[in-house]
Amino acid sequence: MPFIPHTPDDVRAMLAAIGATSIDELFDEIEPALKSADFSAIDDAVEEMTMLAEMAARAHRDETGPCFAGAGCYDHHIPAAVWDIAGRGEFLTAYTPYQAEASQGTLQTVYEYQSMMAALTGMEVSNASVYDGGSALGEAVLMAVRANRKSALRRDVSTHRVAVAGACHPLYLRAAANIVRNQGIELTQTGFGTDGRADLDALAAPEPPVAVVVQQPNFFGLIEPVDEVARWARANHALLIAVVNPTALALLAPPGEWGEDGADIVCGDGQPLGIPMASGGPSFGFICTRRRHVRQLPGRIVGRTVDRDGRTGYTLTLQAREQHIRRGKATSNICTNQGLLVTAATIYLALMGAAGLRRAATRCHARTRDMVCALTAIDSVRERFDGPFFHERVIDVGQPADAVAATVAATGIVGGVSLGRFFPELANCLLVCATEKRTDAEIAAFREALAGALGR
Amino acid sequence: MSETPTELRYASSHEWARLEDGVVVVGISDFAQESLGDVVYVELPEVGQELQAGAEAGVIESVKAAADIYSPVSGKVIAANEILNAAPERVNQDPYGDGWFFKAAPTDAAELDELLDADAYREHCESEEAERD
Amino acid sequence: MSRNETIFDIGAPGRRAAAQQQPDGDVANLPADCLRQTPPALAEVSELQAVRHYTNLSARNFAIDRQFYPLGSCTMKYNPRGAHRAASLPGFLNRHPLAPDALSQGFLSCLHDLQETLKTVTGMAAVSLTPMAGAQGEFAGVAMIRACHDAGGDGERREIIVPTAAHGTNPATATMCGCTVREVAVGADGDVEMENLKAAVGQHTAGIMLTNPSTCGVFERRILEIAAVVHDAGGLLYYDGANLNAILGKVRPGDMGFDVLHLNLHKTFATPHGGGGPGAGPVAVNERLLPFLPTPFVEREQDSAGGWRYRFLDADKRPESIGRLSAFMGNAGILLRALAYARMLGRDGLRRVGEYATLNANYLMARLRDAGFELAYPERRASHEFIVTFRHEAKTLGVTAMDFAKRLLDYGFHAPTTYFPLLVAECFLIEPTETETKEELDAFVDALVCIREEAQRDPERVRSAPHSLPVSRLDEVKAARELDLAYHATARRGR
Repeated sequence: MPFIPHTPDDVRAMLAAIGATSIDELFDEIEPALKSADFSAIDDAVEEMTMLAEMAARAHRDETGPCFAGAGCYDHHIPAAVWDIAGRGEFLTAYTPYQAEASQGTLQTVYEYQSMMAALTGMEVSNASVYDGGSALGEAVLMAVRANRKSALRRDVSTHRVAVAGACHPLYLRAAANIVRNQGIELTQTGFGTDGRADLDALAAPEPPVAVVVQQPNFFGLIEPVDEVARWARANHALLIAVVNPTALALLAPPGEWGEDGADIVCGDGQPLGIPMASGGPSFGFICTRRRHVRQLPGRIVGRTVDRDGRTGYTLTLQAREQHIRRGKATSNICTNQGLLVTAATIYLALMGAAGLRRAATRCHARTRDMVCALTAIDSVRERFDGPFFHERVIDVGQPADAVAATVAATGIVGGVSLGRFFPELANCLLVCATEKRTDAEIAAFREALAGALGR
Repeated sequence: MSETPTELRYASSHEWARLEDGVVVVGISDFAQESLGDVVYVELPEVGQELQAGAEAGVIESVKAAADIYSPVSGKVIAANEILNAAPERVNQDPYGDGWFFKAAPTDAAELDELLDADAYREHCESEEAERD
Repeated sequence: MSRNETIFDIGAPGRRAAAQQQPDGDVANLPADCLRQTPPALAEVSELQAVRHYTNLSARNFAIDRQFYPLGSCTMKYNPRGAHRAASLPGFLNRHPLAPDALSQGFLSCLHDLQETLKTVTGMAAVSLTPMAGAQGEFAGVAMIRACHDAGGDGERREIIVPTAAHGTNPATATMCGCTVREVAVGADGDVEMENLKAAVGQHTAGIMLTNPSTCGVFERRILEIAAVVHDAGGLLYYDGANLNAILGKVRPGDMGFDVLHLNLHKTFATPHGGGGPGAGPVAVNERLLPFLPTPFVEREQDSAGGWRYRFLDADKRPESIGRLSAFMGNAGILLRALAYARMLGRDGLRRVGEYATLNANYLMARLRDAGFELAYPERRASHEFIVTFRHEAKTLGVTAMDFAKRLLDYGFHAPTTYFPLLVAECFLIEPTETETKEELDAFVDALVCIREEAQRDPERVRSAPHSLPVSRLDEVKAARELDLAYHATARRGR
C-alpha cells in the first residue's frame, strides 16, 4: 500500500486495542446511506517510475525555446545553491512555526527575509509574505482603507474608493478588485496618458480617494513620476500604495524615499527573487509598510526576542490581529504565508547581495535595450511609448498581435505577451522582456521569428 | 482573588466606570486584566469621538487574546490615557488607577445606575469562572 | 550553530558570492532622479557562508522528514518525494504563466486530470483549482454563495452561520466577504445543537460553514438533518475540507448535501507545508453554483483528429464568475504534486487514506485512554483526530497542556495542536495520519506517560521545558511590546 506502513499483524493488533473487529466498524457513527463514495472514475494506481514517466512526457511537451515574456513573471537565473538549500526536507516538510522552540530555522529565516525586504523597499516592517502579487495588492488596499478610515471620515471623504494611477498590472487589478469588492471598496482606474504613464489630473475625480496605487516600473515597463504621485497623495490625505518589482529596487529609488514622505504600503510579487516561473505559482506576495501601520498589516509577522535564559530567539508576534484569535474581526482570513518561497528568496538575496542584485537589474535593462533595438530594426515594428524603461517594453507590430504571437510561438519562442486582451487599443502591441539570461543568439532568433511572422 | 473596589460600577463585559465631577472614567477590571494576561497593546478611542453605551470604543490585546472595550456610557470622549500607548503594562499593574482607558462626558450620567455594583459584578465573574472549568 | 548570528552579522563590507559575478550593464538611459542613491542594506557574504548559514538554520526545524508531527487538523503526512520530483521537471518549472495554450498542453492536461479527480473524490459537479490556500478557498466559496443569492435577487442574505468550534478562518472569511457571522453552539457530544441551529436560520441566512468531521475530532452525525434545515431556510452549505483526510474514500461532501467546498491539497493530498506554505485550496461546487466558479479553470474539447485540446477558461467566457483571485492561476506547482500523489495512490489507494487515518487515530486514542489520559469525547469514535484534555493534570499538578507540549519536543516529537478547539480546556488535538507506523504511535504514548510521571515527580522539569532545543521558551510579551521585526545595520556588531 503506497505510503501506508501497516502490516496485517499491525492492523489486527491495533483493532484489538481499540476493541473493534474491522476498520469499517470505526465508521459506524456514519449513516450507512452516506458511505457510498463512488471512485470508479479514478484510474488504478501506478508506481513512481510510471508516474514520473507520464509526467515527464507532459512536461516535455511544454518545453519552449527562450522566453521573452514578462508581465509579472520573469525568467531570471537562479543560483544553484538557492533550491539545494531551500529544498532540504527540514525546510520543505515543516509546518507553520507554532512551536517556536522547534522552528527557529524557519523563524530566523523569515526574520532575515523581513529585514531584507524592509531594506529593499525602504520601509520599516514587512510581513512574512502573502500568496502572490495580485492578492498582495488586494490585501494592501484593504489595509490602506482600514488605516486611513478615521482620517477619511473626519474629512467626510468616502472610505470606499481607491484610485489606481496609470498602468498597473491588469491581472493584479482584477484579483485585487475581486478580493475587496465584497467589502464595498471600489478600485477606480484613471487610465494612462498618451505617453503610457500616470495622468495625475484624473486622480481626484469625482472626489479624493482614500488611497492611491501606483506601479513602478509600470505594467508597460515605463518609469513613472512617482515623486509627483507621492506628493499628490500626501496633499490629498490619501495613503500611497506602491507596487514594485524587487529586482528593479536594486536600481530605482525605493518607495520609502518617493516624494518627501515616501509610500505608506509597498507590495508586489517576489518571483524575481529566485523563484522559478512555474506557471506563475507558487511564488509569494510581499507587503511592507511603515511602523505606524504595523497593526493593520495582514498575515504572519516574526519578531526577535529572548528566551528564559536570555538567548536571542524568534517567534511569531502580533498574533492577536490574526484569524485564530480575532476570528470575525481579524485583519484578514489569511493563515499561510508562502514560507518555502520566502526561504528561497532569502537565500537568493543573501547570495546576490545589493551588488549582485544591481548587476542583475542593470543587465536586464541592457539586454532589453538590445532586444528593442533588434526588434525595431524590423520595418513596421516600433516602440509604442517613449520614455525611460526598466526591463520591459511595449512594441507595436502593426497588425493584430495575438496572431503574431501565435506564429512566433510555433517556432517555440515565447515572444512576449499580446496586450489586446487587456487593452483593446493596444491590440497591435506586444509587451516584451529580456532578462540577464537572454543571449545575443536568442535575441537574433526572436528577431528572425518576429520578422517571419510579420512577413518581412 | 481579584480586586473589585466597591465605589465603582461595572459592565458585564468587564469595564469599570467611575464618576468624577461629572466626568466618567473608564477602564477594565482586575478580573479582566488577569484573564487576558500580559497586555501588549491598547487601542484607545480618539478625543472627541461619540460613544454609545454598549458599543465598541477600543481594543485590548495580550499575546494570546484580544478583546473589544465597550463603552459603559453614552457621551463624548474628552481624554484618552496616552500613557498606555507606550506602557500597556500599566493595565496589568494598576487597572483601577494608572491603567484607565478614557474619560467621557456622559450624555446621561444615570446610565451608570444600570451597571452592576461590586457585589453583583463579583458574582458575575464567579459564574464566568465556573463556566470555564 | 551555537553563535546564533544572523546573515547580516557574518558578512563583511565588499565580500561577494559567486552569484554576483555577472557583467554589469549601464544605466545611462535612466534619468538620475529615479535612481537609488544608497544601496539596500543586504548581507555581504560568500557563497559558502550563505550555504552554511541556511543549512545550519534548517537543522533548527522540526519537520515531517525528521519527526512525528501529530498536529491536529493539519494532516502532517509523508510528502512523497516522487511527487516533488514530478513537479520539479524543467518543462513545468520553466513554463511562463502567460505562455500560449498551444505551448502548454502538457500542463493544462495535468490540471484537467486533477479537476476530474477532485470532482470524483468530493462528489461535486465542477472544480476550480485556482485558490492558493484553504483560506482563499473559503473566500471563494463564501463569495460564490453571496453571488448566487445576489443573482437570485436575494441580496438580503448576508448571514453566515458557523459552529462555535469552527476554525477562526471561517468567521474571518465571512467578514472579508462582507457578511456577518452568527455562531451556533456545539453540544457536549461534539455535534451541533439542532435547536440552536433551527433558531439561527431564517431569511437572512446566506449559508453555513461546516467542517465534518468537526474540529472536535468527531463526525457530525446529523449532517443530513442540518443540510435540510439550512436548505429549507434558503441557505447554502459550505464544506471546509480541512478534515477531508478522515473520510476520503468513505463519504463524499456532495453526498452529505454540501453545495460548495474547498480542499486543502497540502493536507489531504500530501503536498509539503514548506514551513507555512505554499498550500492550495481548490474549490468544488454543485450545478447550482457552477456559474460563479472562480477563474481560470481548464476545459477540453476534441479536435478533428480525435485528440484533446485543452484551454483556460477566463472571466470573459464566464460572466457570472467571482473572477480571478491571483495574478495567474494559483499555486501550479502544488497542483502538480497533488496530481502525482493521486496517480500513485490510484482508486484503491485513495480509498485507503480515510480508513488508515481513522485506524491510526482510534488506536492512538485507545492507547492514551488506557494509559489514563482523559478524552474530551470518550463516548465517540475518533475521526482522523481526537482531543485529550489535561485539565486534571493542570489542576492537580500545575502542569498545563502547553507544558506537556513543550516537553514532548525534548522527547523528539512535534507537539499536537494545543488549546484548539477553544471549547475544551487544556487540550491537545492529535492527528497521527495514515503514514505513521504502529511503533511510532506507541513511542508517542510512552513519551506522554513518561512526561506525566515527570510531572508528578518534578513538575518544574516539565514546566521549564524544552531543555534540549536551541532555545528555551521565548518571551512573547517582550516580542509584542518591544517590536523587533527587522535587523538594523545600526545594531550590527552588537554581539
